[in-house]
Amino acid sequence: MVEDAKTLLELYRSMVKVRQFEIMAGEHFAKGTIPGFIHLSIGQEASSVGVCSCLRSDDYVTTTHRGHGHMIAKGADLKKMTAELFGKKTGYCRGKGGSMHIADFSLGILGANGVVAGGLPIIAGAGFSIKMRKTDQVAVCFFGDGASNRGPVHEVMNMAAIWKLPIIFAVENNQWASTTPQKDSGSVKNLSKRAAGYNMPGIEVDGNDLLAVKKAALKAVERARNGEGPTFIENNTYRIKGHFEGDPQRYRTKEDVEKWEGKNDPLDRFSQHMLKNSIAKENDLKKIREDVAAEIKEAVIFAEKSPFPEAKEAMEDIYVNDIKGGIAS
Amino acid sequence: MNERIISASEALAEALNEEMTKDENVFIIGEDIRVHEGIFAQFKGLPTQFPDRIIDAPISEAAITGVGLGGALTGMRPIVDMHFSDFVTCCMDELCNQAAKIRYMSGGQVKVPMVLWCPDGGGLRAAAQHSQSLEAWFIHTPGLKVVVPSEPSDVKGLIKSAIRDDDPVMFFQHKLLFSKEGHVPEKPYLIPLGKASVKRQGKDVTLLCYGSAYYMCKEAADELHNQNIDAEIVDLRTLKPLDMETIAKSIRKTRNVVIVHEACLTGGFGAELTAIIQDELFDYLDAPVKRVAAKDVPMPFSPVLEDFCLPDASDVVKAVKSIKSS
Repeated sequence: MVEDAKTLLELYRSMVKVRQFEIMAGEHFAKGTIPGFIHLSIGQEASSVGVCSCLRSDDYVTTTHRGHGHMIAKGADLKKMTAELFGKKTGYCRGKGGSMHIADFSLGILGANGVVAGGLPIIAGAGFSIKMRKTDQVAVCFFGDGASNRGPVHEVMNMAAIWKLPIIFAVENNQWASTTPQKDSGSVKNLSKRAAGYNMPGIEVDGNDLLAVKKAALKAVERARNGEGPTFIENNTYRIKGHFEGDPQRYRTKEDVEKWEGKNDPLDRFSQHMLKNSIAKENDLKKIREDVAAEIKEAVIFAEKSPFPEAKEAMEDIYVNDIKGGIAS
Repeated sequence: MNERIISASEALAEALNEEMTKDENVFIIGEDIRVHEGIFAQFKGLPTQFPDRIIDAPISEAAITGVGLGGALTGMRPIVDMHFSDFVTCCMDELCNQAAKIRYMSGGQVKVPMVLWCPDGGGLRAAAQHSQSLEAWFIHTPGLKVVVPSEPSDVKGLIKSAIRDDDPVMFFQHKLLFSKEGHVPEKPYLIPLGKASVKRQGKDVTLLCYGSAYYMCKEAADELHNQNIDAEIVDLRTLKPLDMETIAKSIRKTRNVVIVHEACLTGGFGAELTAIIQDELFDYLDAPVKRVAAKDVPMPFSPVLEDFCLPDASDVVKAVKSIKSS
């Protein structure tokens, strides 16, 4: 896999977008401008960008409660995302979904999901539909180490394997299912080992190495497009922030977290790679960070200036043609 | 006039055939549906005619329902066969948290044109995990539509509308009604969702029913007629959306209501209907709204026990007489 400098800089831009978006979301949550719950993916950017950079806009993705990164990497609009987090009418879901339910069906993003492993059965349907419609699209489901222990994962992996569905199971093993460490809740340390039981390739990847993730994903996508069936990719990474913003994190120490920062940080690692190999100069990277910061700022202004939905809009979109009082015709 | 008589199974197969011929995005996925062409012969002929669109899946209700939902979100019009309605417990997340809500949660970005087809009901001595009538669970989930046909002609017209509907539809068909025969027009026709049918005109009492309860009411109405009570039967056919107009018209005329369903009493659809009726039609009522339903038990196996728990026509007669003789 040889990538030109321009492509690599675009990958960097995408990771920076995710990082800065998450930082902004954390700040606005703390200020109270973002209501509810948010789950940030800081430290996991190489996984979202590495996988999504191998996809076309007509490929499908399902994501999770920690889904901002996957959405952005798949091309989602920052203004509509920010406005949705703020609960505004101009948001992706007109203020009805919030962080855990953002979707952009025009980009093949079939939704974040508030239910752990909730996206997997949906991706089975997307994969099945691709096969029935005989297109060469692929479908990716992102999920976590916590989700990997749920029953539907078994059902969907088995189904994808027997029918050779064009699905990529992208598990982000960030070591923590809320407060429970992966080592205490999984039957195996490396989840990729489970793939063998479904007769599909299982690949373990350094999930903080962008190019390693991209290489594995590219192979899986090619395999799926060629009708050869599903692949299971385990991106080993780490959740730098708490499970949710405001999580007191009594289950781990500051030192535990620090091991995954600095030289293990996916953005730092990728920028070092580019600087060391003279792919980019520090100024190029700085310019990207500044451009993204301006874009994020614009998104925040858009969200702040946008109106809240009118209360009565709560009764719209339940059905295609809304039915009176939810019950009478 | 065409007086063709066929069974509910045949009516369903004919409707599915028409819809699958009309729209190549319609497919049926379920467990063990190809070899027997459906456990009630309800898919007769379809595996041969549409070999690529009648799909036998592994026993994986969550994934199967996911195929329905994910398929619906990406251009297909799936029908998911739940095998027995009782098994919906294995895919409640996919149905109630995902399919019912994804349009709403995404701010109306997407349509979910899928049908969850569920054979339900008791009387087959199939005990507690194969005999339930669960429609009330889904009435309570905004985003789903709920259809419960009784006669073969309703089955044909309603399943076609359910397939063409752009929202997720729960379609409950009673297992004992598959072999019931009735007049079904040969030419294609639709019965819109949300339209009840007045199946017997009467002036003394309104029997509100759906599914298997329609046949109980039909028998009860004959008996009541012998006792000089003239019952009107309103077969609701669709519970959500609900045809309140037809219900109200009948109650204004008869001023007495007995609601009949096979599902157990507490928290059943009858409770919701009662609440709506007292709210909207209180002034028209001459007597309290009565309900006839199964007893609040997990359905037992032994025929003596099951028959004791299920409602029948004599319960309907008794309920009517409790308000009409007072």
